[in-house]
Amino acid sequence: MSLDLFFQYLFAGITYGAIYAVVAIGFNIIYNATGIINFAQGEFVMLGGMISISLLPFMPMPLAIAAAVAITMAIGALIEILFIRWLESPSVLRMVIITIGISILLRESALHVWGESIRSLPYFYGNEITTFSLGSVHLSPQVLWVIAACSVMVGGLNLFFKSTPIGREMRACAANRTAAILCGINTRNMVTLSFMLSAGIGALAGCVMSPITYTQYDSGTSLAIKGFTVAILGGLGNSMAAVAAGILLGILEAFSVSVVPLAFQDAISITILLIILFVRPHGLFGSSEAARLKDF
Amino acid sequence: MKRGVKQILLGGAASCLLLASSLHSVQAGTIKVGAIFAVTGPASFLGGPEARSAEMVVEKINKAGGINGNTLELIIKDSAGSSEKAVSFAKQLIEEDKVVAIIGPSTSGESMAVKKIAEEGKTLLISCAAAEVIVDPVASYVFKTPQKDSFAAQKIFEAMQRLKINTIAIAAGNDGFGKAGKDQLEKMAPSFGIKVVAAETYDSKATDLSALVAKLKADAAIQAVINWSVVPAQAIIAKNMRQAGWQVPLFQSHGFGNIKYAEAAGAAAEGIIFPCGRLLVVDSLAAANPQKALLIQYKTEYEAKYHEDASAFGGYGYDAINIVAAAIKLAGNDRGKVRDAVEGLTKFPGVGGIFSFTPQDHNGLDIDSFAMLTVKDGKFIPYQGQ
Repeated sequence: MSLDLFFQYLFAGITYGAIYAVVAIGFNIIYNATGIINFAQGEFVMLGGMISISLLPFMPMPLAIAAAVAITMAIGALIEILFIRWLESPSVLRMVIITIGISILLRESALHVWGESIRSLPYFYGNEITTFSLGSVHLSPQVLWVIAACSVMVGGLNLFFKSTPIGREMRACAANRTAAILCGINTRNMVTLSFMLSAGIGALAGCVMSPITYTQYDSGTSLAIKGFTVAILGGLGNSMAAVAAGILLGILEAFSVSVVPLAFQDAISITILLIILFVRPHGLFGSSEAARLKDF
Repeated sequence: MKRGVKQILLGGAASCLLLASSLHSVQAGTIKVGAIFAVTGPASFLGGPEARSAEMVVEKINKAGGINGNTLELIIKDSAGSSEKAVSFAKQLIEEDKVVAIIGPSTSGESMAVKKIAEEGKTLLISCAAAEVIVDPVASYVFKTPQKDSFAAQKIFEAMQRLKINTIAIAAGNDGFGKAGKDQLEKMAPSFGIKVVAAETYDSKATDLSALVAKLKADAAIQAVINWSVVPAQAIIAKNMRQAGWQVPLFQSHGFGNIKYAEAAGAAAEGIIFPCGRLLVVDSLAAANPQKALLIQYKTEYEAKYHEDASAFGGYGYDAINIVAAAIKLAGNDRGKVRDAVEGLTKFPGVGGIFSFTPQDHNGLDIDSFAMLTVKDGKFIPYQGQ
């Protein structure tokens, strides 16, 4: 394999990987705050893309994206208030089924509202054939937008959780719910905030990747599976690990094209998920003691 | 004694009901035709226009007085692209609704599942799916309206010969349509002197194919790429190829036949070459062309009624219902006779081409039903060869 081809695969892998990582971080935020795996995460990504496309005729693109993120955050909060808030210590199985049901609901509503056709935002810079060369590697500028947006989100979230009071309160909730209540933290609002945050980053990811991947009413499903794989791969609850795991999976998928027929590409992520679940269920970067202390 | 009277009364009432219902079906003068289309779900770009075209035709027929005085009733079942649902709807339509014929299904996978049921139930099935295997081996009750994908392949290879292309790569989606197309292409390429150096299948829901494009581009011998899939992969591979700076000709399947797909690919769609029925370039047809009047009529009626662009896919459904209606007009409400009438149709103009069925050919179209089209300035124009 020539050096050019190597770098071409590498960038393709980093693009996929960045998207998976952002979806996985969405899983992790909600898991940390509530212990729930939110299988509707993929639908937040889809909604962000669809809503921004619908708003585009009425306002300039940056505003449309911001509005789409805000609306999706509102939808995330609404879902939490309607479906999750009033449950009394639900079992894991019950929560999984509820979130799967929510994802189906969102998907079918999207089908009714937007139909089955594929849509996309226009490229942020240039158009469908604009390409620029990084050495001998040809990239669409949109790829850089995706990587940049994901990096900014990851960095921003890190800062949020480490330095802001609300971020610290959310971490307290995740560490020990009872102790957080005793400290006077309103854990119910923290849960709603975690849904809003997950929905928001999912929506922004959906907007930046829409020109590359197109958005369709059912584009959330496969993303949720890949995102979940990456979250488990990195260790459930650990967002930085999710980023590393996402990039790793993306690169593996991209390079797999050179050794196995393309038809097996999706099988690779599922195989990795199965292997990790059997061999090292707390993930590549998780610790087994910490994993044993959690309910899930 | 009392029990006896009660029994006689009950028996009398039951036979009156039975008589009334059978009399009712004789006197109403309704002919039922079933339809299985993927109106929702992943194949709705096929099933939606097909169902709408069929409804439009049935409404028009009934407004003009029906067929020989009988009202035509179209029972549409939405399979959402699922073969299991298509199978159960087919059984329902044949056994419970007792339709005289079924049009659809929309996809090749569903049609193959339903083929056996139609044949065993001795009910005419006119499929709107493209795969060759639907009519080869021929089943006496099963027909199809889309052109054969072997003709599409042939047209593509002939165009390649004119362009002096002899080494190509094939990329196909992993659905029924993609697999059938890939098999046809690989089978036919050697007879045109064309070598296929790479044939890859990808997930038809794939969101990015740049890794595949990188791999193919690295092989400098490849002079052209044939892509056999449906949206969105058709647009994605076009974009990925041009973004990678790879300018070789890209050929697509007849699944590219909707202006929305050229729009989806935007500037990357320029220069894509594909075979299609003549509906999309009807304005450039000569006035003497036997299909022109029908195509203009279909296009204007469909666009006026549904406010969306007419596509080749809706045409499959339009042709299927028109063929069934013509057969019913000749043969009445009898399954076997309607089947014979369809098989006997010759030079029947349709959106897809001019149909001439024979006992061996249940598709009825020849290679002239395809024209080669290309995209220029975001519009479809006939492909001139260079």
